[in-house]
Amino acid sequence: MSNKNGALLDIRNLSVEFETAGGTLRAVDGVSLSVDAREVLAIVGESGSGKSVSMLAVMGLLPWTAKVKADAMLFQGRDIMNLSPAERRKIVGKDIAMIFQEPIASLNPCFTVGFQIDETLKMHTNLTSRQRRDRTVELFEAVGLPNAADRLSAYPHQMSGGQCQRVMIAMAIACDPKLLIADEPTTALDVTIQKQILDLLVSIQVEKDMGMIMITHDMGVVAETADRVIVQYKGKKMEEADVLSLFEKPQHPYTKALLSALPENATGDRLPTVSDFVFDEAPQTGARP
Amino acid sequence: MLRFFLSRLALLIPTFIGVSIVAFAFIRLLPGDPIMLLAGERGMSEERYQQLQSLYGFDQPLFVQYFHYMTDLLQGDFGTSIVTKRPVLQEFLTLFPATLELSLSAIILAIAIGVPVGVIAAVKRGSWLDQTVMGAALVGYSMPIFWWGLLLIILFSGILGWTPVSGRISLLYFFPPVTGFMLIDSLLSGQPGAFKSAVSHLILPTIVLATIPLAVIARQTRSAMLEVLGEDYVRTARSKGLPPRRVIGLHALRNALIPVVTTIGLQVGVLLAGAILTETIFSWPGIGKWMVDSVFKRDYAVVQGGLLLIAAIIMIVNLIVDVLYGLINPRIRH
Amino acid sequence: MTSTNTKDPNAAVGLEGGTVIAVSRRARLAEFWYYFSQNRGAVIGLYVFIAIVLIAIFAPVLAPHSPTMQNRGFFLLPPVWEEGGNWSFILGTDAVGRDVLSRLIYGARFSLFIGVVVVSVAVSVGILIGLIAGYFRGAVDTVIMRVMDIILAFPSLLLALVLVAILGPGLVNAMIAIALVQQPHYVRLTRAAVMSEKGRDYVTAARVAGAGNIRLMFKTILPNCTAPLIVQAALSFSAAILDAAALGFLGMGAQPPTPEWGTMLAEAREFILRAWWVVTFPGLAILITVLAINLMGDGLRDALDPKLKRS
Ligand SMILES: Nc1ncnc2c1ncn2[C@@H]1O[C@H](COP(=O)(O)OP(=O)(O)OP(=O)(O)O)[C@@H](O)[C@H]1O
Ligand SMILES: [Mg+2]
Repeated sequence: MSNKNGALLDIRNLSVEFETAGGTLRAVDGVSLSVDAREVLAIVGESGSGKSVSMLAVMGLLPWTAKVKADAMLFQGRDIMNLSPAERRKIVGKDIAMIFQEPIASLNPCFTVGFQIDETLKMHTNLTSRQRRDRTVELFEAVGLPNAADRLSAYPHQMSGGQCQRVMIAMAIACDPKLLIADEPTTALDVTIQKQILDLLVSIQVEKDMGMIMITHDMGVVAETADRVIVQYKGKKMEEADVLSLFEKPQHPYTKALLSALPENATGDRLPTVSDFVFDEAPQTGARP
Repeated sequence: MLRFFLSRLALLIPTFIGVSIVAFAFIRLLPGDPIMLLAGERGMSEERYQQLQSLYGFDQPLFVQYFHYMTDLLQGDFGTSIVTKRPVLQEFLTLFPATLELSLSAIILAIAIGVPVGVIAAVKRGSWLDQTVMGAALVGYSMPIFWWGLLLIILFSGILGWTPVSGRISLLYFFPPVTGFMLIDSLLSGQPGAFKSAVSHLILPTIVLATIPLAVIARQTRSAMLEVLGEDYVRTARSKGLPPRRVIGLHALRNALIPVVTTIGLQVGVLLAGAILTETIFSWPGIGKWMVDSVFKRDYAVVQGGLLLIAAIIMIVNLIVDVLYGLINPRIRH
Repeated sequence: MTSTNTKDPNAAVGLEGGTVIAVSRRARLAEFWYYFSQNRGAVIGLYVFIAIVLIAIFAPVLAPHSPTMQNRGFFLLPPVWEEGGNWSFILGTDAVGRDVLSRLIYGARFSLFIGVVVVSVAVSVGILIGLIAGYFRGAVDTVIMRVMDIILAFPSLLLALVLVAILGPGLVNAMIAIALVQQPHYVRLTRAAVMSEKGRDYVTAARVAGAGNIRLMFKTILPNCTAPLIVQAALSFSAAILDAAALGFLGMGAQPPTPEWGTMLAEAREFILRAWWVVTFPGLAILITVLAINLMGDGLRDALDPKLKRS
């Protein structure tokens, strides 16, 4: 399934290194992945396994201390690695959009949410200000924010975390992106809100025919949303499979560990944790078609 | 917003009363007889002494004296200069525009250079540009400005002969003050060359007075920007495909300005302290020089009144800065 | 020694308390020095400052002439490298024929003395008042903080100027005035630190163990809020030197013929367009001293307050 021609996003052999005071840190190590249009790919892995960093590399959002290397990074067949910054900005935010883990911190506290969405539209479309306003109201309604017209002039601190994440989603889908990257979109939210946001993301993905990359720790989220899963550990890709086969026959011990950490799989009176399992770090290559 | 303003105003009242007590106590703490000090007369008849004593009310208990002092203040009576025999408030009001003009041009210069320089240093942190700029800022921050002024005079007035040494405008020009701002008045006067003369008189004092605020603002802007550039919302702005100019100049700077505005507010005291030195060096006829001269002439009525008026100005400016802070920080406004 | 202790935990536990503390103090000092020495400017500042201290101490040995001796026939002599300069007066002479270099060397004594006295007075008074305000809160606190607000409502130099007008011009009075104007900063810092430390567990523990108010304030709480105070002390050391020089320049500080740098500038002012050296060097001395201390202050802040550390 991967490396198929005509994939929406096709990353080959991506590595990211950070120059730190303590030497070079390899946060992502030779990861290849691809997403098709209309497909949902989940990336799972424990904290620090380089999930965010690899996606930030795609977006070109890493700080200057990061060195990004890849054999190719094709978006709609075009290598976005070698684009000039200005050309890349035409794609980022328009055709590829990203939402982040901390919705409240991700919105600028000094500007109204309406302004922050309007700015995206202004950047990437030729709509008039009237049309942009209508579009923003439409987007707010699409992400389930009632009284959309009034909310345009609200500041982020006047909204809850869930509402802020809806605003972030509205902002991300403002220009009808082909690919939406969601980096743990529900981790910082209340359990009750998490489900709503996930449902919203899935329904938008279906409705808009987007490809989506969903980063998460949560196998439950994977089961609910994803078509295909990549398991990442310490910057390396451990396993890649479609959801059903992954849940039925996890190949890599680390994946097994993640799965058994699901509450449904709890045995006895204690949840197993990943560290209960001992495994070698070699990726299970070629185990899947 | 109005409530915010009023609550801040209410907080100032006890401070103002305290400041008035300080000014009130000043004349009584001075060694020597307060009547002699206030009247500035050497050797007077017993009769005249009694007359003055009841005029100033020194024969009454302290709290009654203070009460009279306060009622006078509230009616705009800040005392009378011993030397010129003019009301202190009137002298203050004629001289204050000169200080205001100088301070405003200094703070505008400091902001206009300090903020962009701080932003650039933060964006290029660690570069030679950053190091040079921050080194220069530290030198500026450590500068004895009275010496700096003299150096500039040596260079620009002495060696190059570009700028005049003192005053607000060349003696060739004379016109009645309209706004009190020499730059504006010289334009209004329509006399050819007057404006140019006013500008050339203003340049050096402005640079001298702006030096320390400029250094402080540049340093503060840099550190605020460094903090803000790591925030999630800056990453969001970049993820929208906005050009760096907009990400830094709008999204980051807008947030970084919040602490910078506080810093700018704190510079008012620095400016007025600096005005004392700058005006002395350049013979600038403002309230700083007025205060120094009065201390030397032992015109204690002026010192007393000026002390109070200057403290009042600082408090008012701080109030304005507080309100501005509320305006640019939505989290306070709502 | 240190390494054996860390290798063998029993040894450390078994050691007497004093030794353990000494070791940890040495470790802390080493850590402090590591961070401080990371800052190149701070290290340079430190060296310059040490040099100035040495100059001040050995002034009588270093100075080629007496700072107050008036050399007839050598009025306003330019520095050696200028035409008409003379090797016995390297930086030239002033209007009454005194050697500028010697006066500058002796001036270092005054500036450092001013800094030390002002900071000690301001720190001790400020800490005491701040401790009282932060520890007892209530009406005491309100009154103290109001008074500090009032002091801070005046521009510091103006207040110092007026205080000197009351006390009479002179170096000692100038120092008193500057110390008075500076101590609100220490009061505020100490009070804030005390208030945040007071609720901590270790203070409660000490209180439960029966520590009295005074002991709590000075032995338990104060040592834990020294970092911001030290940084502030460095800042106000340089501010004191600047303010004293400014007062001297205005004729309200040290009085002639004291070779205080600000006073020297005041005396030199009328020769500004004729003899640049009498104006340039004293100010340069002030700038270098203040700059060195401020460089050190920045390094201290980086080393002592990790929260303020910027990448
Ligand atoms: N700016 C940076 N500088 C240095 N190292 C970094 C930087 N950003 C990330 N890293 C390092 O890269 C590694 C991968 O981080 P990343 O944020 O991708 O983890 P993650 O898988 O997203 O974890 P989480 O689930 O907690 O979000 C971590 O070890 C992290 O410390
Ligand atoms: Mg992450």
